[in-house]
Amino acid sequence: MINFVNVSKRYAETGDVLRNISFHLQRGEMAFLTGHSGAGKSTLLRLIAVMERVSRGQILLDGQDLSLAKESQLPYIRRKMGFIYQDYKLLHDRTVFDNVALPLVIAGYGHHEVTRRVRAALDKVSLTGKEKKYPLALSGGEQQRVGIARAVVNKPPIIIADEPTGNLDPDLSEEIMFLFGQFQRVGVTILIASHDISLITQLNHRVLKLDHGQLVSS
Amino acid sequence: MKRSNKNRIKKDPPVRAVKPEIRQTAKAGGNFKDKLNAYRDQHAQALFSSLGRLVATPFVSMMTISVLAIAISLASGFYILVSNLQQLTANLETSNQMSLFLRDDVSEAHAKKLVDSIKLDKNVQSVKLITKEQALQEFKTYSGFGAAINALETNPLPIVLQVLPKNALNDKEELSELLKNFQQSPEVDFAQMDLQWVDRLQSIISLARLFANLLSLLLGTAVLFIVGNSVRLELHNRRDEVVISKLVGATDAFIRRPFLYTGFWIGFISGVLAWFIVALLMLILNHSVEALSELYGGSFHLLFLNFTETIALIFLSSLLGVIGSWAVLVFQLQYTKAS
Repeated sequence: MINFVNVSKRYAETGDVLRNISFHLQRGEMAFLTGHSGAGKSTLLRLIAVMERVSRGQILLDGQDLSLAKESQLPYIRRKMGFIYQDYKLLHDRTVFDNVALPLVIAGYGHHEVTRRVRAALDKVSLTGKEKKYPLALSGGEQQRVGIARAVVNKPPIIIADEPTGNLDPDLSEEIMFLFGQFQRVGVTILIASHDISLITQLNHRVLKLDHGQLVSS
Repeated sequence: MKRSNKNRIKKDPPVRAVKPEIRQTAKAGGNFKDKLNAYRDQHAQALFSSLGRLVATPFVSMMTISVLAIAISLASGFYILVSNLQQLTANLETSNQMSLFLRDDVSEAHAKKLVDSIKLDKNVQSVKLITKEQALQEFKTYSGFGAAINALETNPLPIVLQVLPKNALNDKEELSELLKNFQQSPEVDFAQMDLQWVDRLQSIISLARLFANLLSLLLGTAVLFIVGNSVRLELHNRRDEVVISKLVGATDAFIRRPFLYTGFWIGFISGVLAWFIVALLMLILNHSVEALSELYGGSFHLLFLNFTETIALIFLSSLLGVIGSWAVLVFQLQYTKAS
């Protein structure tokens, strides 16, 4: 589903951030991406989101070569992925409902379909009844669940999470990981960047470890 | 829900070509009618949310809109000014008729002979003799100074010959040659083209029209930049929203839409406000102009923007708003991508 083939990313200012990265995540596989700060985790995720392009190598997403994708195709590629962030990246001037609905509205779903799917997604993350609240009125764990609902509302085959539990206490982290496990069981491919070692060891999943831009274990 | 998700994923073959993949994703969201409704809803949402944002920051919005409205009203004010000047001369037809004022010592009989000789000129179509008495009558009728004239003991007016050159003679140089010939004959005291001033006035007005057009062009450009700048600020303030929308798969068109509508609203409201500013100015001027017109027999009435011109004013302002924001969006979103 996500296939890295000798991927390198080079910035003019800082040199190589990623060097010769190769790995293959199968459909329905869940993996952690770990490594020290500045090891290149965020860059790797940005490459998958095609917020940046590779310098060398290939990323195949569901068989499609991202480096060959035209600028106009990127929105449609991104719709196959749900992104979850440490800082949640919610729109504070919109209600929970509107935040979760955003990917559907963008994809051009009709009003009824949007309502139905947003309700279902909020139900899945146990936030039913909070539709009309604004993100800042919610706790950190709730905000993160809104972020997760937004990421899965479009039923993407891939979920990418960048330090999803970074701001949460262990109980909440476990809750979030439990949700990810549920998505994985229905066939979603999940890549989670995290340096929460206890969480990673506790869950027996594949671990991709980055060190100074190189993949040291996978 | 879970089942359909499973099904969809299972259906995916492991490797697929680029294009069908995109089509399949783009097709998501139900049948054609639903898509069309959703598209309409997106536009309606963008239209009203952008207006809502303008209203939410009334002070900033009003400052921008006032500047724009003043610029637009300046341009349309000049346009109306020139239209009114044109109206002044529109009903004056230019004619090449010349008036020959004869010397005081030329007798009426001599004048008649002169008329006959001028008629022989191949460039002349007709000649009309206006005797001193006729001239006096005309003067009394039209000038309003009848009583003053009566007080005079003798008639001070000269005999006038009105010469109409042949229609074929339209060349300015030939006309002035003919005028010069008349001027040189010993009986003629003074010869002039009757309506030369109309020509001159009309060229001054067309110069004013050109000036007004250039001014409009300049002010229109200013409007573009002002709208562009406020949309740029708006874009800056909503950068998070742009980035998040992009991450969840928004096309550039989707991201641009609310900002284009912001530009539209700014232009549209400025246009309407400019109309009111011009209307107010005209209302203030109208009283004085009517009073002045009254003194000249009341033939002149201040022209205002007609229906078509009003529509054009508002349409152009809105268009400038959209173009201004479009230019900034194309530039800025490209820049966002690069950074």
